[in-house]
Amino acid sequence: MNSHAAETMITSDNAGKLRAAFLRDGPALRERHAGLLRLDWRQRVPVVLGVVFLFALLVFGLIYLGFSADLFISGLPNLTFIVGLMIPPNPETWTRVLFYLNQLGQTLGIAFLGTLFAALLAFPFSFLAAKNVVPSFIVHILSRRFFDTVRGVDTLVWALVWINVVGLGPFAGTLAIICSDFGALAKLFSEAIETVDRRAVEGVLSAGGSRIQSVRFGMLPEVLPVIISQVLYFFESNTRSATIIGIVGAGGIGLSLDEMINTLEWHQVSFIILMLLVTVSVIDYASTRLRIAIIGPPAA
Amino acid sequence: MTTESLPLAQSIKPTQTAELAALVAAYAREVAHRRRRTLIGLAVVLCGVALASWAAEVKLDVLFDNIDNFSSYVAGLFVLDTGDSVITDPVGWFWGLGKWGAQLGDTILMAYVGTLLGAIIGFCLCFFSARNLMKSPWTCAVMRRFLEFGRTVPDIVFALIFVAAFGLGPVPGVLAIAMHTTGALGKLFAEVVENIDMKPVEGVASTGGAWLQQIRFAVLPQVQTNFVSYALLRFEINVRAAGVLGFVGAGGIGETLLVSIRRFYASDVSAILIMLVLTVMTIDYGTEKLRHWLLGTGERA
Repeated sequence: MNSHAAETMITSDNAGKLRAAFLRDGPALRERHAGLLRLDWRQRVPVVLGVVFLFALLVFGLIYLGFSADLFISGLPNLTFIVGLMIPPNPETWTRVLFYLNQLGQTLGIAFLGTLFAALLAFPFSFLAAKNVVPSFIVHILSRRFFDTVRGVDTLVWALVWINVVGLGPFAGTLAIICSDFGALAKLFSEAIETVDRRAVEGVLSAGGSRIQSVRFGMLPEVLPVIISQVLYFFESNTRSATIIGIVGAGGIGLSLDEMINTLEWHQVSFIILMLLVTVSVIDYASTRLRIAIIGPPAA
Repeated sequence: MTTESLPLAQSIKPTQTAELAALVAAYAREVAHRRRRTLIGLAVVLCGVALASWAAEVKLDVLFDNIDNFSSYVAGLFVLDTGDSVITDPVGWFWGLGKWGAQLGDTILMAYVGTLLGAIIGFCLCFFSARNLMKSPWTCAVMRRFLEFGRTVPDIVFALIFVAAFGLGPVPGVLAIAMHTTGALGKLFAEVVENIDMKPVEGVASTGGAWLQQIRFAVLPQVQTNFVSYALLRFEINVRAAGVLGFVGAGGIGETLLVSIRRFYASDVSAILIMLVLTVMTIDYGTEKLRHWLLGTGERA
C-alpha cells in the first residue's frame, strides 16, 4: 500500500486525500520508521551547546563593547536626523560635481594601476611559492609567510607608510594598493599554479622541452585564465578600497567624503555615496562582461 | 567513428601537398588572429596605464629619489627610543603588551559581534532575495538593492557616519561591520539558496508545509555548511577591517596604531603591527582548518 501511494501522481485533486491518509496512518508510520523519527541526542547536544555558546559570546560582546539602551535612545534620533539630511542628495553646484568626478577618476586610476602592478609583481613571485615549480620546502614556507605578512598589513597602514616616502596624494595610494594586493594575489596565483594538471607539464618535458618551456607551454595556458579572472575580481574590490584611502590623505574621493562628513554636509555625503554606487555597479558589469569575453561563460 | 575519421587521416599524408598547404595556411591564420587580439588587448591596457598614471599623479622620479626613505623608514621601525635595535630589549619593545593585547581582544570581539549580527540579518534577508523562494519579483529587487548598498559602501564610511550619530567607541565600529557584512553575506547566502535542489522544497510543500517550514526542513539542511563556511571567511576579513576602524575613532587597536604612526613611536608601530599580523594569520589558519573540516563533514553526510 505504501509503495502504491508513492507511485500515485500527486495532483491538486488527490493531495488532500493523500494528506488525510498520511495523517490517519500516523501512529503506524511512527512505528515503522522509528529510527528516522527519533531525535538523536548524541548528534543534537553538541550543536545546541555550540549555538548557545555562540550566542552567549555575542551577548557578552554586546555588553562588554558598550551596547546599551541609553546609547541607542540618544543615538538613533541622531542617525535618523542624519539620514533625513542626506535626502535628497545634492551637490549644490556644478563645480562640485566636476571636482567629485575628477576625484572619482583619480580613484579609478589608483585602483587600475594598483591592481595591474600588484599582479605583474605577484606573478613571478607566485611561482616561487608553488610547490610543483620550486619543490623546496624552505622556499615554500618562507615565501608564503612573506606574502601573509605583506597582506596582513592593511591598505590604510601601507598608505600611511608610503605617504612618508612620496608625500600626500594619489601616488601613495597606488603604492599602498600595490603592496597589500601583492601579498594577496601572489598567494592566490601560487594556489592556482599548484592545482595545475601535471600531465601537460610532463608532456612538454618528455618532448624534450626545458623547465622554462614546460612552465610556458604546460602551465601558463591553464593558469592564465584563472589569474586574469582573479585580477578582474581584485580590480572590482579595489575600486571600493581606493575610495577609502583618501581618508588618510592618499588620494581619491575618500578625501572629499571624509571632509564632507566632518563638516556635516550630509547631502554632499549622500551624493558622493550615490556616485560610488553607480561607479561600482558599472565596473562590476563591465568586468563581468570582460571576464566572459576572455575566459568564456561560467560553467553552470 | 574510426571509419569516418580515416579519410581525413589519409588526406594529411605529405604527398597531398595542396591540402597540407591549406591546413598550414588555416593554422597560420588562426595563430595570427589570436596574436592580433592579444596585441590589441595589450595596447588597450597600455593606454589605460598611461591614462591612470596621469590621473593618479604617478611621479616615478620622486619614488626613485626617495626609495631609500622607505627602507630607512622600515628599518627605523625596529629601533628603540634609546637608539638600540629592538632585538636587544624585547621587553622594552613590547612594553605595552598588556594594553595592546586588551585592545587586540576588543578588535577581535568587535569583528565577532559584527560578523554574527551581520550574518543573522543576512540570513533572514537572503530568503527574500533568492529568486527561487521569493515569488514576488519586487521584494526580490528591493532586497537585492539594499544588500548591494550595504556591500558597496565601505565599512569605514559606515563607521564615519555611525561615529557622527553614536559618538566615539566600539559601538559604531560594530554597527559598521554588521552593516557591511549583511550586504556581503546576504548576497552570497542568496546565491547558495538559488543553487539548491528544489525537489525537497516541493516535497515539504506537497505535504502542506508553510513557507517557513519549507525553509526549515528543505532549504536549511542543504545550505547550512556553506553558510557557516562563508560566515567564517567573512569573520577573517572583518578582523582585518576592525584593525583599522580605530583610524576613524570606531574602537579597537587602530587608534593606538594611528597615533603611533603619526607621532612616529617607531618601535611601538612595529610591535603593534607584529601582534596584528600574527593575530590575523592565526585566525586565517584557524578558520581555514575549520572550513575544511566543515566542508569535509558536509560532503560525507
